[in-house]
Amino acid sequence: MSRPRGTTVPTHETVAAVSTRPDLRRGDEGEGAGSKPLVFGVEDVSVYYGGFRAVRNVDLAIGQQEITAFIGPSGCGKTTMLRCFNRMNDLIPSARIEGTISYHGVNLYEDGVNPVEVRRRIGMVFQKPNPFPKSIYDNIAYGPRIARLDGDMDELVEQALRRAALWDEVKDRLKDLAMGLSGGQQQRLCIARALAVDPEVILMDEPCSALDPIATGRIEDLMEEIKSSYTIIIVTHNMQQAARVSDRCAFFTAEVNETSDTRTGILVEFDRTEKMFSNPADERTENYVTGRFG
Amino acid sequence: MAQLITSQPGPGLTSADLRGDPRRMRKETVVRGLLFAAAATSIIISGLIVYSLVRETWTFVSQVDWALVWGDGWFPRRGQYDIKTLLVGSLIVTVVGLAVAGPIGLGAGIYLSEYASARVRKVIKPTIEVLAGVPSVVVGFFALTFISPEIIQRFREATPQQTMAAAGIGVAILIIPLVASISEDAMRSVPRSLREASYGLGARKVTTVGKVVLPAAVSGLVAAFIVAFSRAIGETMVVFIAAGKSGGSLFETNPLEPGLTMTAAMASIASGTDSVVGEALTFQSLFFVGAILFVITLALNIVADRFVRRVRERY
Repeated sequence: MSRPRGTTVPTHETVAAVSTRPDLRRGDEGEGAGSKPLVFGVEDVSVYYGGFRAVRNVDLAIGQQEITAFIGPSGCGKTTMLRCFNRMNDLIPSARIEGTISYHGVNLYEDGVNPVEVRRRIGMVFQKPNPFPKSIYDNIAYGPRIARLDGDMDELVEQALRRAALWDEVKDRLKDLAMGLSGGQQQRLCIARALAVDPEVILMDEPCSALDPIATGRIEDLMEEIKSSYTIIIVTHNMQQAARVSDRCAFFTAEVNETSDTRTGILVEFDRTEKMFSNPADERTENYVTGRFG
Repeated sequence: MAQLITSQPGPGLTSADLRGDPRRMRKETVVRGLLFAAAATSIIISGLIVYSLVRETWTFVSQVDWALVWGDGWFPRRGQYDIKTLLVGSLIVTVVGLAVAGPIGLGAGIYLSEYASARVRKVIKPTIEVLAGVPSVVVGFFALTFISPEIIQRFREATPQQTMAAAGIGVAILIIPLVASISEDAMRSVPRSLREASYGLGARKVTTVGKVVLPAAVSGLVAAFIVAFSRAIGETMVVFIAAGKSGGSLFETNPLEPGLTMTAAMASIASGTDSVVGEALTFQSLFFVGAILFVITLALNIVADRFVRRVRERY
């Protein structure tokens, strides 16, 4: 598969890291991967919080209009990795990234890249529903307003809510506070809010961890529906969820560092979800997906 | 082990066994009583203050010639009690104070909460707190000897050294730390998740602060301004020193002229010999003014409370 434009030449470290994981290479070249255009290319990315290395030497390729799931035990850097894609980690003063993440060939961490512009194209849904303490309408309208999007705002709000399968439940109380909705509705509102600015990519950080199974099911259905128009990366602790919704799956785990007590996340295996759950290349993946570990 | 087994409740359990040690229960009652007394002290003190105010105010209100309460000026020794002189004086000083301290205090609060790095915060925050600890008498002289000649007197020729504007800025210096720290607290208590939601939608910092953080912190911000207003209108020493008039004043509405506030008028009555030899009601007028001040701040707090409850964005 072709490398995205503008990425840096891999260092010897990258080569070493990739070559020790043949599974990764196979994943890249696996069936169907070539047909989907590449949205993100991740090369040898390590993320630090101050002196602490949270995740190291990650290589990934995220295809367009695919759902990629990040799975793995707690503290293995899934969320940290996810937040690199829309430069959300910039908000943490001590956070620092090494390596390259290219978005359609442009290095997101290049000088002159404005995180604000990045985040308009790459939306995010968080672990805990976090609607603004405003009305349902104003929650959806927030993004379009600050982006100064043209068009009929009422229509835009309706469209976003419809796409998030929330319209029928809230159409009669758009002026009510969003906090009055149930947890599942709030999360769908947050998804609608993200969709309202018409992003290309949606990052989801354990979007169902605060929800009951029924609400979770609705979010999963929703993801399936919007998949045709968006590229989705989802972090999840729930392996069944990953198996149900994702096309590709990246399994992370944490390694105890030799020099200190801290743990650093590594990417173990990245492949088609089907394969990850039926015939993983790495023993650690197998142990995790069969529930023997984690 | 044997002990444990015998203390297991058997079939012979009576209600007396579950009654507990009466001495310990008495102790519980005593401790509870003492703590209640401590908590009740503030209520008692408030009650006593209101009582003393009302008693003397009643003497004044029932005996004063009401024609004298709305006139040309406040000259208690001559029996002229024009209350609007004091109200307007207080209002001018307070408005000047808030107009200066509001933007600066809020700006400092926003900066500390949203923009400053941990290192900068560690320098600025204690400095602001030091400012809060400066005795008001010091600020009063600062207003008189620095703010007045360096700022106020440059506005207009022949401006006297003691003006309501100078006093207002002096008051502002006292309330800036208050506004800054209360508004900072209010903004810091806005959950991170709301800021992230905003940034995640491609909002800039200034948009996030203006459209998410400030609205979510509005109850705290209103509280900051109300507390600042109460503090400003109740401030005595700065206005006593820098506003110009003390014993009495003609009605004055120009901030660039000396004026008399409610607090300064009360202080001068209390510090003079009027309590002993003043005109019949001079001493009682002090309480009359005090009662008005009390009612104003009380009303303000009630309004603030209602307002906060109504407009608050819950998160």
